[in-house]
Amino acid sequence: MTATTTTEKPNYNDEIVKMFTIATIFWGVVGFAAGVFIASQMVFPDLNIEPWLNFGRLRPLHTSAVIFAFGGNALFATSYFVVQRTCGVRLWSDMLAKFTFWGYQSVIVLAALGYVLGVTQGKEYAEPEWYVDLWLTVVWVAYLLVYLGTVMTRKVSHIYVANWFYLAFIITVAVLHLGNNISIPVELLGAKSYSAPSGVQSAMIQWWYGHNAVGFFLTAGFLGMMYYFVPKQANRPIYSYRLSIVHFWSLIFIYIWAGPHHLHYTALPDWAQTLGMTFSIMLWMPSWGGMINGVMTLSGAWHKLREDPVLQFMIIALAFYGMSTFEGPLMSIRAVNSLSHYTDWTIGHVHSGALGWVGFISFGALYYLVPKLWGRERLYSTKLVSLHLWIATIGIVFYIAAMWVSGIMQGLMWRSYNDMGFLEYSFVETVMAMKPFYTIRVLGGLLYLTGALIMVYNFWKTIRGDVNEKEQQLLSQGAAA
Amino acid sequence: MSDDHKKKEIDELSGVETTGHEWDGLKELNNPLPRWWIWVFIITCVWSFWYFVVYPSWPVPGGATEGTSGYTQYRELAMNQAEITARQEAYLSKFEGASYEQILQDPALYAFASAGGASAFKDNCATCHGAGGIGAKGYPNLNDDDWLWGGALEDIEQTITYGIRADNIESRVSQMPAFGADELLSREDINAVVDYVLTLSGGASKSNVAQGETIFMEQCSACHGEDGKGMRDFGAPNLTDKIWLYGGDKETVFETVYAGRGGLMPAWEGRLDENTIKQLTIYLHELGGGE
Repeated sequence: MTATTTTEKPNYNDEIVKMFTIATIFWGVVGFAAGVFIASQMVFPDLNIEPWLNFGRLRPLHTSAVIFAFGGNALFATSYFVVQRTCGVRLWSDMLAKFTFWGYQSVIVLAALGYVLGVTQGKEYAEPEWYVDLWLTVVWVAYLLVYLGTVMTRKVSHIYVANWFYLAFIITVAVLHLGNNISIPVELLGAKSYSAPSGVQSAMIQWWYGHNAVGFFLTAGFLGMMYYFVPKQANRPIYSYRLSIVHFWSLIFIYIWAGPHHLHYTALPDWAQTLGMTFSIMLWMPSWGGMINGVMTLSGAWHKLREDPVLQFMIIALAFYGMSTFEGPLMSIRAVNSLSHYTDWTIGHVHSGALGWVGFISFGALYYLVPKLWGRERLYSTKLVSLHLWIATIGIVFYIAAMWVSGIMQGLMWRSYNDMGFLEYSFVETVMAMKPFYTIRVLGGLLYLTGALIMVYNFWKTIRGDVNEKEQQLLSQGAAA
Repeated sequence: MSDDHKKKEIDELSGVETTGHEWDGLKELNNPLPRWWIWVFIITCVWSFWYFVVYPSWPVPGGATEGTSGYTQYRELAMNQAEITARQEAYLSKFEGASYEQILQDPALYAFASAGGASAFKDNCATCHGAGGIGAKGYPNLNDDDWLWGGALEDIEQTITYGIRADNIESRVSQMPAFGADELLSREDINAVVDYVLTLSGGASKSNVAQGETIFMEQCSACHGEDGKGMRDFGAPNLTDKIWLYGGDKETVFETVYAGRGGLMPAWEGRLDENTIKQLTIYLHELGGGE
């Protein structure tokens, strides 16, 4: 049904979507593997291979690989796919689109090389030095031009909601990137630079950036993905147009203020902390609007959820999205934050959003895209999709449960005084107490990576055009019955 | 736009009207906002506005609104600290003026000192001396009753306060010479004296032991004593007890004699307050069979 709409319009530039799709899968495996490796370093410190592969250098490699390489390529692939179909036109410029592909891949490689060689400006999620920042700016402007150009030449009067979210993501990430990377190079032949603002101003700008990287890269961008692929896969209309308008505008208006909650109990003035915290609380419902609209889109078609593991991926993604967008405001409350801050709880929170929401909605979109892009009737194996789903879900549960326990335990141990007024535990005792949970985390990460490798195998077979006789037989039997 | 209105239809499964827009086969239902969603949104907003009134929140010329509660994070810190110090103060008033003897005789004060010492030890000393004072190569085990500089309360206090070979005028200082590196003894002589030293703690006797004993009496006995039982004035270890700071195998003892030793313990004066040093002293005294 939906397949026919794509084949009727061969005019779309699907080559570029294919390229970004393959890049997404490749960087996904690299990023997950890097995560498993650095998680193992926490349990087995001997795995720190000095100096290039120690934890300090590989940690930004992992975060950048999963957020910007895997997540970024997934956003490029899906946004180019979605914008063409919902505007009814080919991409505005094939050449610029191709430039964004090679440009973006080179940004990733340049950034990764810098990390391993110890070149960093020391800002979380904005580690690359100025030369990479400048190059990314050029690539990003090209992305904006391709996207806007396509939207402006559209053949339909209204702009589909997925495109609002993709556009908000592209524009805001540009602003954040420029704002947080203002720095002054200080070496003639080297890469070192210093941030233009200093002290608490620098910290505030960093977390305005850092938090909105989560808000606009990992939330708005992937909501754009959700708004196309969930109704497509469910073959149902979006639940509420009005909700999509109200939650879109409230989300982007409120999100941009929430950054200071990363700086509770620091040199940041009390008033700024209060604003960051209250805006995080007010952000709860605007965030949940996307979950409601996604989940309720299934109303009237719940039975599809039973049979379709791709739809299951998307719905579990929305469940994790709802969970982490509730947990986020909770952790922004000053009193809760005084326990959770600097502990593994934060790591667990980020991963329930990253593994559960960002990862699963991307897997769902990829499972939808690959057979369509390569002109296959269906995926090689639906059973393998199901296997991927369950292995990865169990992996996430291991991961975040371990980090919850470890983080809350760590926070409680740090603040624990005995009745004579002495600290109960030393730092090293908290580290020793966390070790078993670090092992569980490695196991969770391994499961998640295994799931991704199953997906790669499934795509490999699908793209080659192999037919899974057994499943094919079952399908035709079902049709005959 | 008017075309869209004509395209509005009723969705069969839900019975809800669509908006009439369509993209690539995607439509939208015209469901209203969920009631509970609006209400929770409003409640979070109202709560935030209440918070703005009570806490410092909005920047204004010359500062920010202070809030009716008078809250600042520094006030909160002070309150939390006051609560903890109040727990200590119940004991501190008595502890401060008390001598070691008085503390050892008062079970409550002794428990307080011991707890404080244990806490301070974990944060400051365990890095080198290991958790529970188990020691490591070059860092004495504090659980045994083998003391380099003395195990009486006063000795322990002095070591903690001024350190050993530390950057402090009162610090305990001594030097184990580098007999080989400084060419005070030949390799053969060092071998002989090492073999002799190993016999002091029960090692097998070798042919060169007599030569070694002669050298020991000339070169080593001034600090380690003629019987090899050490001298605390110089922090010179007892060589007869099989307790080794750097290791008791022949190779390590040779290295010790050849290159000398001189571990460093920092002075804690000025880094820990007097009460904490006193608590540490009692804790260590209890830990290592104090004298």
